[in-house]
Amino acid sequence: MSPTPHALGEPVVRHEARLKVTGAARYAAEHTPPGCAYAWPVPAGVARGRVVSVDTADALDIPGVLTVLTPHNAPRLAPADDPVLAVLQDDRVPHRGWYVALVVADTLEAAREGAAAVHLDYDIEAHEVVLDAGHTALYVPEEVNGGFPAVRERGDFRSGFAEAPVRLDASYRVGPLHNHPMEPHACTAEWREGRLRVHYSSQGATLAGQTAAALFGLEPEQVTVVSEHVGGGFGSKGTPRPELVLAVMAARETGRPVKLALPRRQLPAVVGHRAPTLHRVRLGADADASLTAVGHEIATHTSTLKEFVEQAAVPARIMYASPHSSTVHRVAPLDVPSPSWMRAPGEAPGMYALESAMDEVAQLLGVDPIELRLRNEPAEEPDSGRPFSSRHLADCLREGAERFGWERRDPRPGTTREGALLLGTGVAAATYPVYLSPSHAEAHASPEGGYRVRINATDIGTGARTVLAQIAAAALETRVENVEVEIGRSDLPSASLAGGSSGTGSWGWAVHKACEALRARFAELGGRIPAEGVTVTADTEQETRRGSAYSRHAFGAHFAEVQVDTVTGEVRVRRLLGVYAAGRILNSRTARSQFTGGMTMGLGMALTEHSGMDPLFGDFTESDLASYHVPVHADVPAIEVHWIEEEDPHLNPMGSKGIGEIGIVGTAAAVANAVCHATGARIRDLPLTPDKVLARLG
Amino acid sequence: MKPFAYVKAATPDEAVRACAGHPGARYLAGGTNLVDLMKLGVETPEFLVDVSGLQLDVVEELPDGSLTVGATVRNSELAAHPAVIDRYPVLSQALLSGASGQLRNAATTAGNLLQRTRCPYFQDPGKPCNKRLPGSGCPAIDGAHRELAVLGYSAHCVATNPSDMAVALAALDAAVQLHGPEGDRTVPVTEFHRLPGDSPERDTVIRPGELITAVRLPPASPAALSHYRKARERASYAFALVSTATVLEVRNGVVHHAALAFGGLAPRPWRAHAAEEVLLGAPATRETFTAAVDAELAAARPLRDNGFKVTLARNLAVDELTALAARER
Repeated sequence: MSPTPHALGEPVVRHEARLKVTGAARYAAEHTPPGCAYAWPVPAGVARGRVVSVDTADALDIPGVLTVLTPHNAPRLAPADDPVLAVLQDDRVPHRGWYVALVVADTLEAAREGAAAVHLDYDIEAHEVVLDAGHTALYVPEEVNGGFPAVRERGDFRSGFAEAPVRLDASYRVGPLHNHPMEPHACTAEWREGRLRVHYSSQGATLAGQTAAALFGLEPEQVTVVSEHVGGGFGSKGTPRPELVLAVMAARETGRPVKLALPRRQLPAVVGHRAPTLHRVRLGADADASLTAVGHEIATHTSTLKEFVEQAAVPARIMYASPHSSTVHRVAPLDVPSPSWMRAPGEAPGMYALESAMDEVAQLLGVDPIELRLRNEPAEEPDSGRPFSSRHLADCLREGAERFGWERRDPRPGTTREGALLLGTGVAAATYPVYLSPSHAEAHASPEGGYRVRINATDIGTGARTVLAQIAAAALETRVENVEVEIGRSDLPSASLAGGSSGTGSWGWAVHKACEALRARFAELGGRIPAEGVTVTADTEQETRRGSAYSRHAFGAHFAEVQVDTVTGEVRVRRLLGVYAAGRILNSRTARSQFTGGMTMGLGMALTEHSGMDPLFGDFTESDLASYHVPVHADVPAIEVHWIEEEDPHLNPMGSKGIGEIGIVGTAAAVANAVCHATGARIRDLPLTPDKVLARLG
Repeated sequence: MKPFAYVKAATPDEAVRACAGHPGARYLAGGTNLVDLMKLGVETPEFLVDVSGLQLDVVEELPDGSLTVGATVRNSELAAHPAVIDRYPVLSQALLSGASGQLRNAATTAGNLLQRTRCPYFQDPGKPCNKRLPGSGCPAIDGAHRELAVLGYSAHCVATNPSDMAVALAALDAAVQLHGPEGDRTVPVTEFHRLPGDSPERDTVIRPGELITAVRLPPASPAALSHYRKARERASYAFALVSTATVLEVRNGVVHHAALAFGGLAPRPWRAHAAEEVLLGAPATRETFTAAVDAELAAARPLRDNGFKVTLARNLAVDELTALAARER
């Protein structure tokens, strides 16, 4: 623990670390109110059509089954802003796995048996689930995820590209991916005297509470959502999901508390996924390695329920200087589950393609890939012309090159061999925008000298409690042990989501402001604290809505060394290095975890993770953790993380940028570039599994 | 979950008797596969006979140099047994390449042999599968079959056997000892698993009520070298895309004994008899090894998306034979 009053940046240990490793921390499905019943959902067994009839007689005959909710008997909800929440509201089946019934029973076992005994008849329609770059359903949407315009044109891309002496025109593919947090999506709902209390595994209890209130026609203060501990979300718990609606509905219908933990195998269809992206990247360059044209076009899918467009061409708008640029997104609504956020939506797949293309252009030009990036550093954000609040990509690349030993690299591909292994190294840049959202916080001082901060922030495993205590301690000029932090409940001052790498900056700003207000109040009181203590509140509605005249992004550089087994096509990563410029790092221990975790997820994206869409059935083939291959320990080498000190006065009072997502951005490109360096084979389709690699080894 | 009856047997006879009157009975040992399948609704036994207390958890070294492995010896114990590490390294390596530490601590020798395919259609009761529901069809032939069979499959089923251990046992000429209502019998591991033909629902030749009591390993030739190698999508906790168990003995530059088995290619551990025929008595050279493996894989009939397995199997087997031959010099 920190002996000094100022704890910002120090490696303070997570407050709840002991609770978690001893099993004392309770998650959403580990709360069992007296009389609790259990629910098990029934997924649709067809990919498109209508539910004609639901025969619940056999299910209701099973001892312990209390009720079966179906599209025909479920209570009607108020219209949902998010169509994925309108479960059991009509007979339409928009995709396979969409929930068409819910069995509620005295025990989990009876609910599960009941679900298997529900008989459904469908009016089946032909389904279409396969995306290709020429799909006739593709259209250009107005905007893409994050509110960005779908299309941006600068200069005259067509001529610029046509006239460039060196041109790359390459297509890349990133297949569907799933977040698969360790803790499945889960909810325990209880109605008591007209009030609703929900334990919910969520990245934002404020939004979940507002959503439940709206759907069930309640006043917001009638609903309390508790998200005390969350076992990962990676975006999939950023928006409320059907389990919230179903658990609340079941609790109201049965008059009992109801617990619903979604089975792992059902998750891929109902909690979102990273949509597949088909990329066409065109880069034109002068002989002196200056980019003259940057083109990035995306084709992706969404469901027929809602339009979600992975903003994968957006990073090309800010990365490199070029007089001509064109970035375009197209989307096809298919009979697939609704895609959603997965760690660094847009940046993760977009930077895989762009940074692979940069590597290819470097090869065409015969320049070092780091040198190519340095030569194309923009003076201001290329898309908007706004100045960067801070941009230290070049420093990250240089620092990384030195730490990695880049100058010893033989640029010729396929030249380093160790027996049957080919070795290679690769580099890629990373970027992630700074998002800040309004939040409210309360700060309290007791006459005994202790402080308490209350804010409905969410700790999804990041260490939010801990870093908020540090921010408060720094603002109050006290030791971090003197600050108690209450988070994770919707009856606390409202706060934004743990998403978009925005949590610490957004919540921290409100906490900082409340603590400053508390100190001002002390001054007014002449330092005397009354018996009941002093309590102040603050919010950042104005500050965050004001926006910024600056283009604000974190940057980083990823370096990878891989070995490729020429016998089997197996690729294993030997070393990963990430160097970041992300403003002020507020807790060096938990920040390192965030970067390392992101890089590990990027390694999975590069080599092992894929969710195959089955054209026959319209579902994802890999639906458990045995078949959906997240990297295991044996896949993860020594990961090295560094950051450079970055002062940026245009962010928030702490000077921090978000760090939850940048680790996954560009890692896949660094690995793929290293595979190309090792083998000479450029495989433009992730993940780089042995079948694809073997086919290219000859 | 469907309700089921449960009894814990004390002796093999008791277990067999308990099972006899119940066509829907299953033996339960480590439960690492059966319980999963019960949760999925793929297996719906009415009666479970727990055989974990039969005291079949012993590895016995016999005077003739052979080894008897009790049916309920845990995979982790077997992998760590000094006699296995010393004389049958291919078996220890195969075991350690399978599953995870936690699963190996629970999984038994007999259960490993009886584990069922991980074909995605088999594991999803919402879809057709001839192995799970005879006559319902095999969507894998046109569907997701990248990890499925290239050898030994039929028009009714293209599933692969997922075991690593069984591949090593096949190469070691191990035999399965069975105890049943009609007495005892012994079946070579290479003949224990069936090819699907038109009845893919039957994975093995085991008869109703029969219980595996042990696996018998014949004496290992002191001069033979053996090795297991597994290619997979991640470094641990993944089923084999292709694996090889190789036993090789070279005398004076000539192959004196060779046993080669493949995992991940077929509905059963695939003993490469055609390859062995080419190898035996031939010079221990890469040319011989290549010709031998090609002779075996000539029968491969890859599906749309799994042709890479043939290349992978060829590369692996030739490389393994070459490496073992080099070690013998």
